[in-house]
Amino acid sequence: MTTKTVRNVHVRTTINGQEMEFLVPPYMSLLDALREVVGLTGTKEGCNDGNCGACTVDLDGRIVDSCLVLAPEAEGKEVNTIEGMATPQGLHPLQQAFLEEAALQCGICTPGFLVAAKGLLDNEPDPDEHRIRHWLAGNLCRCTGYDKIVRAVEKAAKA
Amino acid sequence: MVATFEPKQEYRVIGTRPIRHDGYDKVTGRAIYGADVKMPGMVWADALRSPHAHAIIKSVDTSEAESLPGVLAVATAADMPALEGKEVDLGEGTVNFKWASDNILASDKALYAGHVIAAVAAIDRNTAQEAIKRIEVEYEPLPSATNVAEALADDAPVLLLDLQGNDLGEKVSNTNMAAHNRHELGNPEKGFEQCSLIVEREFTMQMVHQGYIEPHNATAFWDEEDRIRIWTSTQGAFPVRKQTAGLLDLDESRLKVTPLEIGGGFGGKIPVYLEPIAAILSRKSGRPVKMVMDRKNVFEATGPAPGGKVRVKIGVDDNGKIIAATSDIYFEAGAYPGSAVGAAEQCVFACYDIPHTRIDSYDVVVNKPKSAAYRAPGSPQVAMATESVVDEICEKKGWDKIDFRLKNAAKEGTRRADGPIYPRIGLIETLEASQKSPHWNAPLDPDPDNGRKRGRGIAAGYWFNVGLKSAVNLSVNEDGVVSLVEGSTDIGGTRASVAMQAAEVLGLEAHEVRPVVADTESIGYTDVTGGSRVCYATGYAAFIAANNLADEMKKRAAMLWGIDVSDVHFQDGVFSSKTDPELNLHFRELAGKLGDTGGAVTSTGSVDLEDAGGGFGVHIADVDVDPETGKTDVTRYTVVQDAGKAIHPAYVEGQMQGGAVQGIGWALNEEYYMENDGVMANSTFLDYRMPTSLDLPNIETIIVEVPNPIHPFGVRGVGEVPIAPPLATVANAIHDAVGVRLLETPMKAGNIVEALEKENS
Amino acid sequence: MHPFEYVAPTSVEGAVKVLGEHGERARPIAGGTDVLVQLRGGRYELDAIVDVKNIPELMQIRNDSDGLEFGAAVACYQLYEDPGISAEYPGIIDAASLIGGIQIQSRAGLGGNLCNAAPSADGIGPLIVYKAVAKITGPNGSREVAVEDFCTAPGRTVLQRGELVVSISVPKPPKGFGAAYERFIPRNEMDIAVAGVASSVQLDSSGHTFEASRIALASVGPTPILCGYEPGSSGYDDPLAGKSVSEDSIAAAGKLARGSASPINDMRGTIEQRRHLVDVLTRRTIGLAVERARAAL
Repeated sequence: MTTKTVRNVHVRTTINGQEMEFLVPPYMSLLDALREVVGLTGTKEGCNDGNCGACTVDLDGRIVDSCLVLAPEAEGKEVNTIEGMATPQGLHPLQQAFLEEAALQCGICTPGFLVAAKGLLDNEPDPDEHRIRHWLAGNLCRCTGYDKIVRAVEKAAKA
Repeated sequence: MVATFEPKQEYRVIGTRPIRHDGYDKVTGRAIYGADVKMPGMVWADALRSPHAHAIIKSVDTSEAESLPGVLAVATAADMPALEGKEVDLGEGTVNFKWASDNILASDKALYAGHVIAAVAAIDRNTAQEAIKRIEVEYEPLPSATNVAEALADDAPVLLLDLQGNDLGEKVSNTNMAAHNRHELGNPEKGFEQCSLIVEREFTMQMVHQGYIEPHNATAFWDEEDRIRIWTSTQGAFPVRKQTAGLLDLDESRLKVTPLEIGGGFGGKIPVYLEPIAAILSRKSGRPVKMVMDRKNVFEATGPAPGGKVRVKIGVDDNGKIIAATSDIYFEAGAYPGSAVGAAEQCVFACYDIPHTRIDSYDVVVNKPKSAAYRAPGSPQVAMATESVVDEICEKKGWDKIDFRLKNAAKEGTRRADGPIYPRIGLIETLEASQKSPHWNAPLDPDPDNGRKRGRGIAAGYWFNVGLKSAVNLSVNEDGVVSLVEGSTDIGGTRASVAMQAAEVLGLEAHEVRPVVADTESIGYTDVTGGSRVCYATGYAAFIAANNLADEMKKRAAMLWGIDVSDVHFQDGVFSSKTDPELNLHFRELAGKLGDTGGAVTSTGSVDLEDAGGGFGVHIADVDVDPETGKTDVTRYTVVQDAGKAIHPAYVEGQMQGGAVQGIGWALNEEYYMENDGVMANSTFLDYRMPTSLDLPNIETIIVEVPNPIHPFGVRGVGEVPIAPPLATVANAIHDAVGVRLLETPMKAGNIVEALEKENS
Repeated sequence: MHPFEYVAPTSVEGAVKVLGEHGERARPIAGGTDVLVQLRGGRYELDAIVDVKNIPELMQIRNDSDGLEFGAAVACYQLYEDPGISAEYPGIIDAASLIGGIQIQSRAGLGGNLCNAAPSADGIGPLIVYKAVAKITGPNGSREVAVEDFCTAPGRTVLQRGELVVSISVPKPPKGFGAAYERFIPRNEMDIAVAGVASSVQLDSSGHTFEASRIALASVGPTPILCGYEPGSSGYDDPLAGKSVSEDSIAAAGKLARGSASPINDMRGTIEQRRHLVDVLTRRTIGLAVERARAAL
């Protein structure tokens, strides 16, 4: 009963606009696949049970906790992570606003917050403070007290 | 001799809000944290942990695990050096070696659920996790004591049979009380006789966790020369080196510790947990070994802040003066001695000038993880007690809560209850700023129409801050940019605040000083990022290094100009001749002309600062309480704090806001909820309820600047003060809203309803 | 974690076959937000996970004059982002929009919430008060089970080996019907209910008399509790039918619901607190249900 008793699964998916294929154990989370197999370590593990949002990625246009997605579930889907947020032309307005508003301290929750906030602004360009706080309630930050994060999202929405 | 400085009013870089140097890496996911480390040949390890809060370990059989395909090495306490009876210095004074070693890998007893019994290195994480399930441990479970009352009961199970308690200098054995200390000033009994009102209350507080989002991690490689390289998320690479070397009984220089980015610490990432285990497993497997805790491990087996009991008695006269005060503080040390109770003694009456005081403190071992520092360790608990009692006194006497505090406020020359006399401090200015704040002057909105009751609370708090050792190296690049190498890991923007202090001296912009956090072989000894010390002490080292750099640059200018160095003047980034107005070069220009003047221009600054100058904060909260459910929401919150001088005000505000919110979580919901068997029931972020963004308003900030005379720019530590006042601030606001005074944390909804029912019956 | 296979059948029959083969050693996942956490926590081991999101019947939503029927794998957001469903089934939306946070709602749904059978489930009470029915297919064909009869113990349901919930069917509420769900949590999101109450009322045409009602409780017993009902029995003792809409009748319902609760002490709340909350939340949800019913007259 070693971990090798099940065969690896072949997954074909699009990550940050790039089609790619990889092999993973079927029980591996999308989070671990991104970090350990694909090599994108920007998505963070904070709790591994869907309560901190540090592993937030965009899966076919919806934000999800990648720790609660099995890697094989990504088959045929589009995954967008923090690494795909900036373009060669520059930072996303949210990233710029986070820097200008000092919306990060240790930075471990920052990728999750940015991906989550992008999920909001992509669909609701002008959310009020309460809506931002509600949308981001699945992302824990222990350093900032959220104030500057909320302000940065408001600023990016106006940008 | 401590140098003192006259505050300057005008700065070029200090007080501005540049984008932090490490910011781009952190908003793009490029920054490498401890768990992101990858090494050729790297394997994973995981640890088997005790399910029992207290048990004798009768046997550990790892053979099944070792035979699992993919398993490379197994470690138990037998792999730790055996140094019975030895004391070892792990950086926070000497400690009993066996206890320190046992906390990493338990030898004879498990003292808390989550205590590591053995560990396995395997080809991947899942195999390591599967392998530890195959380790057979025979336990003899013992009764557990998980709080102060249980641990001090006559029939309490004794955790450490070799513990000799120190009861005011008397040795005690067969006890869980590790230490009992006392401070006395004046004559409190006589003092109380002069009082017209005495209020005494006892507060019970549950253990809480720092709750950083990044779990502990360590990667270690033990090479052929018996040198160990460690990559980890830590508050201090040098302390990791010292602790790991001490625990493995090796010379420190055999270890090289590289600090990665760190996802929060708040004091909890000072002790080592995984590093020695990963190192042993690396030695046995020949591979780099990586360990990452899961969230349950973090809660169960890292260093939370002590719960306990705090009794405070304060007496006042009719003139509104505090005449006498006493306190008895009992803290849960966790499984081994050494809670923050000593720090609590220093904080309990720190805000006030009181002629007669007595403080008794007790450090008590319990079957919980060994407590560690958590942001102003010990101060929030005692501030909860003192500031609640002060609030009650003001209510009973009908005194204005700020006027009363102003009248009794500690100031320069006041003797703190535990002895030291204050230098220039800013409590009075902070109280005055609170009195003038928009929040304090805004009338409390009437109760909302949904049945909720609204109230406002205020409380003060203190942290002494620390100085300690820091080193900074600077070198000048040809384009005028200065490289700054420091040993302080950056948890919340200190690269920027340290670089800005060097830039201020050198006449450069913030981005022209490029800070790098280095490993233990690339910079001089630097203490932890803790005690609110980095901006203060490492900033001070940067100031010294920058001045030394400017002196060296003066020599080069003198050489270029063919004049005597004493004729070179340096100000605002410009080197000039005191005699020839034609000769002047900006730092950047001079940097480009160094080619033939004697090689690289480098400098060093290092400090060991005994004093730091304390900091004070005053918080104001408005809450809405639903009297039917007890649900409490903070609707408005203001933090007023003396920062000495805010180097990067945005990050000072961030510290004030973050500390306040951790305190709000502590006040309302956070706790170690222990089952009867001594196991923590709520070891997840689901049930260890830290505030979410939806639980909070914006946190208003008012930075007061009373320059710290012993820092070149007047800096005071700012990180810790803001977690001291919130517990009492929220408690006082709840009292104002619904008329009941909670004598416990967390002030859970159910407890508020219960208190209201008791009040009404 | 014990290694398991990942299977993603595209038909109900395919799923039933795999589930039948593995029995207790396989589980379906839709959002996976409970099962994966339970696996990691060592609650049980599986040899196979059956991802049911590629099965069309489990992903469909039908909302028409007969009522609402949604596949068991439909995620919360698909319900609350649908303006028609939000307007017509606000008591269900109350729950769908507060389970977890936005990330969880992207994946988790009421079908999974039902099958997970947690005593604290937010989604089950609202389904009960809307008289929803679970449509089940297994090796021996299909059957329907009323939601109030579905859960048998914490984490246990009526599902037999190989059976799968395909959809949940909610009858179209008549005029004068209103429902609401509220729970008490110490925070404002991301929590498990200390106690939760779903209430529905059917008012007469005047809007002043209760013709029928249902009160369902969460987190105060081993399974969701429908007040006035013994699971499996045919009798139902309606707490409000025939009474006029008044503070008194609503207060009496609160007391009755409080008496129906059989909570435990745990880290989330005490017995006394939970009983008290059931009373408070029953009154509040009936109040809101009446408001909604009157608006629908």
